Amino acid sequence: MISLKLIDGYPEYMLKSIKLVEEKREKNMASPVKPMSLKEREEILNNYHPDYMKGTRRELRIGVDKGKLLYNGLVDLLEAKSVLDPRDVDLSRVDYDIDLLIIGGGGAGTVASLFAYESGVPVDKILIVTKLRHGDANSMMAQGGIQAADRPEDSPALHYLDIYGGGHFANKPELARALALDAPKIINWHQELGVMYDRQEDGEFQELSGGGTCRNRMHSCKDYSGMEILRNIRDRARNLEIPVLEFCPIVELLMDDKGQVAGGIAFNLETYEYYVIRAKATILATGGSGRLHLSNYPTTNHYGATGDGLIMAYHVGANLLDLDTIQIHPTGDAYPEPIVGILSTEKIRGLGAIPVNANGDPFVFPLEPRDVEAASFIRECKMGRGIVTPTGMPGVWLDSPMIDLIHGKGTIATKLAGEVRKFKRFGIDMTKYPILVYPTLHYQNGGVEINEKTETRVPGLFAAGEVTGGVHGRNRLMGNSLLDYNVFGRRAGIYAAKYIKKVKIGKLTLNHLDKYNKMLDQANIKSTKTAPVILPEYRGEMALSRALDIF
Amino acid sequence: MSKKNQILVEKMIAKKSKSAEKTSMYEVFIMGKSYKVPAGLTIMKALEYAGYRFIRGCGCRAGFCGACSTVYRIEDEQKLGFDLACQKVVEDKMYLVQLPFVPAAKAEYDLNKLKPTESTILTIYPEIARCVSCNTCTKSCPQDIEVMKYIQMAIRGDIAKCAEISFDCIQCGLCAMRCPADIKHYHVSQLARRLRGKYIDPKSKNLAKRLKEIEEKKYDNDIEELIKMDKDKIIETYKSRKIEAEAAEDLGGD
Repeated sequence: MISLKLIDGYPEYMLKSIKLVEEKREKNMASPVKPMSLKEREEILNNYHPDYMKGTRRELRIGVDKGKLLYNGLVDLLEAKSVLDPRDVDLSRVDYDIDLLIIGGGGAGTVASLFAYESGVPVDKILIVTKLRHGDANSMMAQGGIQAADRPEDSPALHYLDIYGGGHFANKPELARALALDAPKIINWHQELGVMYDRQEDGEFQELSGGGTCRNRMHSCKDYSGMEILRNIRDRARNLEIPVLEFCPIVELLMDDKGQVAGGIAFNLETYEYYVIRAKATILATGGSGRLHLSNYPTTNHYGATGDGLIMAYHVGANLLDLDTIQIHPTGDAYPEPIVGILSTEKIRGLGAIPVNANGDPFVFPLEPRDVEAASFIRECKMGRGIVTPTGMPGVWLDSPMIDLIHGKGTIATKLAGEVRKFKRFGIDMTKYPILVYPTLHYQNGGVEINEKTETRVPGLFAAGEVTGGVHGRNRLMGNSLLDYNVFGRRAGIYAAKYIKKVKIGKLTLNHLDKYNKMLDQANIKSTKTAPVILPEYRGEMALSRALDIF
Repeated sequence: MSKKNQILVEKMIAKKSKSAEKTSMYEVFIMGKSYKVPAGLTIMKALEYAGYRFIRGCGCRAGFCGACSTVYRIEDEQKLGFDLACQKVVEDKMYLVQLPFVPAAKAEYDLNKLKPTESTILTIYPEIARCVSCNTCTKSCPQDIEVMKYIQMAIRGDIAKCAEISFDCIQCGLCAMRCPADIKHYHVSQLARRLRGKYIDPKSKNLAKRLKEIEEKKYDNDIEELIKMDKDKIIETYKSRKIEAEAAEDLGGD
């Protein structure tokens, strides 16, 4: 039995390692590790980053993207049968007959609803359908901020260049342009909504730099930027009484006999009923897929982030981009167990904390790009120089007490108040002891391909936010995801409203699901899985192994 | 490092829950029913370990969304505890419950038609005047916000202060559920923050100028040029761009 006796929040064997960290602290601060050469970076990425390693991805065998490389966990679901049997659904009885179905009650979906309303779609002809509560979304969790080039020293063209270079030049240029050019408009809209941005006394925004940006353009709302922005947007939607159906995820899209997307089938998680929702236009705003734990990574994502939108869109023939990449953030928490996967901000390294291994030795320049930094943490652990926690999670130390030694006592407490509070709950004082970190799955870089009007290749289906691909190419820069959901959520609302005016919906059908299942049979793919998965499975092994499906 | 160790670590990354069985177990009472769960789990993970699969009462799992605010009690103790299920670690003999929903009414208003006067909040949420200063709201806040204090600010008409004190509110609703005066604190402070953000905080002149430039299409050609560049040239342009500030204190982000 592992001893549970904790001293200052850590078990004894971890404290032994911390002793070594403390002994070598001064020496480590005096002799920092140098940044890697481009060649060294390439080598470590190829060997230790899941985006480059062999075995993490494979070719998809069916559908419009047949032959494309995707993460195994996604291929598993795309090569599974639909969770919905069309024979269980009576399409002759329509439960909701509306103009605009918005799938997802996070940032992109809510923004889309507001701009659809502004563009003339009546409130009672809009329906937001969401898996959890309105606002339960990654958009709510973003701490850092939102990028917009509005200072005289900056320009939307420089912002574009950062987005495009940061995405490894794989972004769709028209989408990167929209992101950069619409950004100041979005900040202005937020001002009008009442978002409390951090400002200087003269009213100008406090703007910080971020990894991969050439100008300081990160607008923030303290440590709660995502929450402050979304709660304003949501409050506006609530004041307008835009209808929201909560705990009713859409499990498949509906089509009509003209090949248009024409709504979706919602599943009430509490009564197990389905609802037929007929809509002239549908906006997919289902967010990311962190809860699929691709490559077995822990995640920063919210409970509902299971990539449903990718699966449903693929079933109707939409194509996917750049899903052979994921963004792992180097400093997810590895200890204690309750916060595994939660983010510890990049700022900790920014302020001077150095990552060190179990022996207290530094092994990487602290401010390499995210992917390189993450890969070097993984290497250190695979080499056996990491710490393994009592619950089996590997990690390396991030020597946070260095910050006060560099900038003076009290710096950690004031500049990293949120982080200090988080660890304090578990009896750990990060101003005195290092914290344990390991890369965590943070963002779905790619997704359903859209154009600058947020149209997918299937008529009637629009998409916005993390579910889409092309905006960030193969890597998203910090501060661009909050911007993304605003820019493209807005566009989705506006362009879907235009589309609604001219479209005529034909006879409803779910034939595409039968066709998809047939395709699986023809390709001789046999899977025991079904998709989309809707919610992750975290029940204890013991409880699960004895579960009966009789009630 | 030996190959064997390497495999071991990889296995550990993939499979974490197994080792939990080796740690010591606590008895908890979920909705009154006894279960054994490993020590060290949060309330949320303890419920899952016991076999619960969440639909309600589980959101971001990281302390931001307010979906999992809950109450608990330790056996033989009188007092109720308040916390977020995703943050609070279980203790032995703890009584656990889920709070699926807060039925607190939100006022509807059009912010564009409001003015940030001393009586704005009182007019929209008149019940705040019934506050009896019992401080139960503050005691039930999992974010340690001085809830009663910001309600007092709202009563006084100090919108800016009310907004500032309430800023870290995750809108979980525990305050409203406990209030003997039926105040909807978290809705009240939402209004205060929006009034402040829209009407009280000074505005950015740089932003206004930039909006005008974009309107006049000042940057369209610059971006078009970048889009048309061949790959080698854009890579070179990107690599040679001047980085403004790399001072550590300036580093923001997630």
